[in-house]
Amino acid sequence: MVMREPWANNLHPDTVSPFTIPAAMPPGPLLAIQDLTVAFDGVSVLRGIDLSLDRGEALGIVGESGSGKSVTWLAALGLLPSFAAVSGRVTLEGKDLLNAPAADLDRVRGGRVAMIFQDPSSALNPVIRIGRQVGEVLARHQGVSGGDIRAEATRLFELVGLPDARRRFDAYPHELSGGQNQRVMIAMALAGKPDVLVADEPTTALDATIQAQILALLTTIRTETGMALVLISHDLGLVAESCERVVVMYAGRVVETAPAQEIFSNPRHPYTQGLLAALPPFEGPLRRLVPIDGQVPDPSRLPPGCPFAPRCTKREPLCETAVPPLVQAGFGRLSACVAQTPSYVRPEKDRVLA
Amino acid sequence: MTSTILELRGISRSYAIRQGLLGRKVRFRAVDDVSLNVEEGRTLALVGESGSGKSTTGRVALGLEPPDDGTVRFRGAALPEIDSPAWRRIRTQMQMIFQDPLAALDRRLTILEQVREPLDIHDIGPTGEREAVALEMLNAVGLGTGHATNLPGQLSGGQRQRAVLARALVMRPALLVCDEPVSALDVSIQAQVVNLLMDIQDRMGLSLLFISHDLKVVRQISQRIAVMYLGRIVELGETQAVLSNPLHPYTKALVSAVPVPGRPTHARIVLEGEPPNPAARPSGCAFHPRCPLARSECASDIPQLTVRRDGGAVACHVVASGKVCA
Repeated sequence: MVMREPWANNLHPDTVSPFTIPAAMPPGPLLAIQDLTVAFDGVSVLRGIDLSLDRGEALGIVGESGSGKSVTWLAALGLLPSFAAVSGRVTLEGKDLLNAPAADLDRVRGGRVAMIFQDPSSALNPVIRIGRQVGEVLARHQGVSGGDIRAEATRLFELVGLPDARRRFDAYPHELSGGQNQRVMIAMALAGKPDVLVADEPTTALDATIQAQILALLTTIRTETGMALVLISHDLGLVAESCERVVVMYAGRVVETAPAQEIFSNPRHPYTQGLLAALPPFEGPLRRLVPIDGQVPDPSRLPPGCPFAPRCTKREPLCETAVPPLVQAGFGRLSACVAQTPSYVRPEKDRVLA
Repeated sequence: MTSTILELRGISRSYAIRQGLLGRKVRFRAVDDVSLNVEEGRTLALVGESGSGKSTTGRVALGLEPPDDGTVRFRGAALPEIDSPAWRRIRTQMQMIFQDPLAALDRRLTILEQVREPLDIHDIGPTGEREAVALEMLNAVGLGTGHATNLPGQLSGGQRQRAVLARALVMRPALLVCDEPVSALDVSIQAQVVNLLMDIQDRMGLSLLFISHDLKVVRQISQRIAVMYLGRIVELGETQAVLSNPLHPYTKALVSAVPVPGRPTHARIVLEGEPPNPAARPSGCAFHPRCPLARSECASDIPQLTVRRDGGAVACHVVASGKVCA
């Protein structure tokens, strides 16, 4: 069977990548989220997220529905509706995003940080030709105008492997398949030459073989351009394959973070262990699936201690009274569980960025 | 030796669609010459991508849609005409559940009322005992009596799917057709529902036709598998054998597309080309425009499903010629 990387050819090695990182990079992570909280109508849905993203890193965010994995990034980019109460600090190369003036934020969004969503057909405007929609981003963020827009949009369509790119400039979203529309979304995201692409369940609505194409495309683009990727997914297997580091979220908190391979071979947090035990294996002997007891708590009625305690098989009395902080649990790993932190009571200043 | 409960022979089903606003109607074959058996007390998985015809096959199997060609036999007898009294009687023994439990439930009726409803409609058992039967079934699917008076909106996704299952099972069907029953659920809830289906199958001797695109779940729940591509079965066999050693190039790509932690990404077969469009079915083998092994005959001749020595069957010219190592 022939293995193919159809998009590799589109990125010509001789051409200088427009995404090349400047030689002098400011120190520190590319993007840092500190103590980010979000509340809707007084109900707290995100309760102190600490995260960091390095340049060129592929970070996976996993968790069940309602864990806050999408809200984290919508809040970080100021995309939540105005009734959401957001607090904390989000910095891009040290510059604060949360309190940035609207004009600055507009330059960041779609420019330095781009986001794509699960359902590409609802994210595209159905009555505007796709070429114009990509052109809008090019005009706004790259100052491209006139005839150059068509040339540059066509180049982007070729980059993302959209067949017949030249003619597709004038197509409407409904004339394309779901996988093709997702390619258009990725092309639009790349038009701003972003440093970070946040992909929220980008392949969930797509068929398996098309999902494989899109993931291969994202990986190729990332390695060729040095762009960082945040991949939000409920599929642990998918995240394990495409990301270097994984963050597991539960009930509006980060409960574990570790290098991708280690989180699957040796999960530390009981919630991560539970997620893996519930997943049907695809290799080796069959075993009965072990579901996690109970269900994700209602954010307005969270238990007083560790939010996972009521469902946890390793629950101790302490778990029901105190929320365990995210602490070091091995090299490059953090976990928020009493079981892993014997010297449990730690001062707040020991907080670490996940 | 197991006996066959449901037998599909040479099923075809086509629809007419209009191409464009004023375009003329064209017929396309959603299902084309499909034959398969569901064995008593066992699970047959039907897998494929959107447009492969797997849901249409499920609907034809239940008699919800008439086939243009071919026959459906349930327990050896041809399905009676749709909406006839005989068909309604037989339908109590064949039930179906779908992906979205909220859409399948009436939002204004309590769970207990909905589980009891089929008993009233088909007039099964004494009126006074129906509520007890419904409650017993709710218990069997792990929804305690505490949930009986809830409305669907008050339940979680997994609980709703259990309610749908209780309503299907309250008739004590012999065959259950499940169309993507766990696709919309989180992994932990998915595990609960998969375990439940397997337990109930053990207890009630239920036969399952399990339609899914999730090969991990299919591996867990089914003994046999049929892989569909653009309306035709391309590979058929024991689930373990097919998934550990897929022969058809499409099955190979599908299996390699399953994300497995720890498996290196470069081992993945990434297919070229677009997902299939049922309205513009390629000539010959429908998979040939995307197939890495395609040769000239693939564009002209439709490969027939050929039974192999191990009991599996594959529809591929290249595999049939033995020029590819399995």
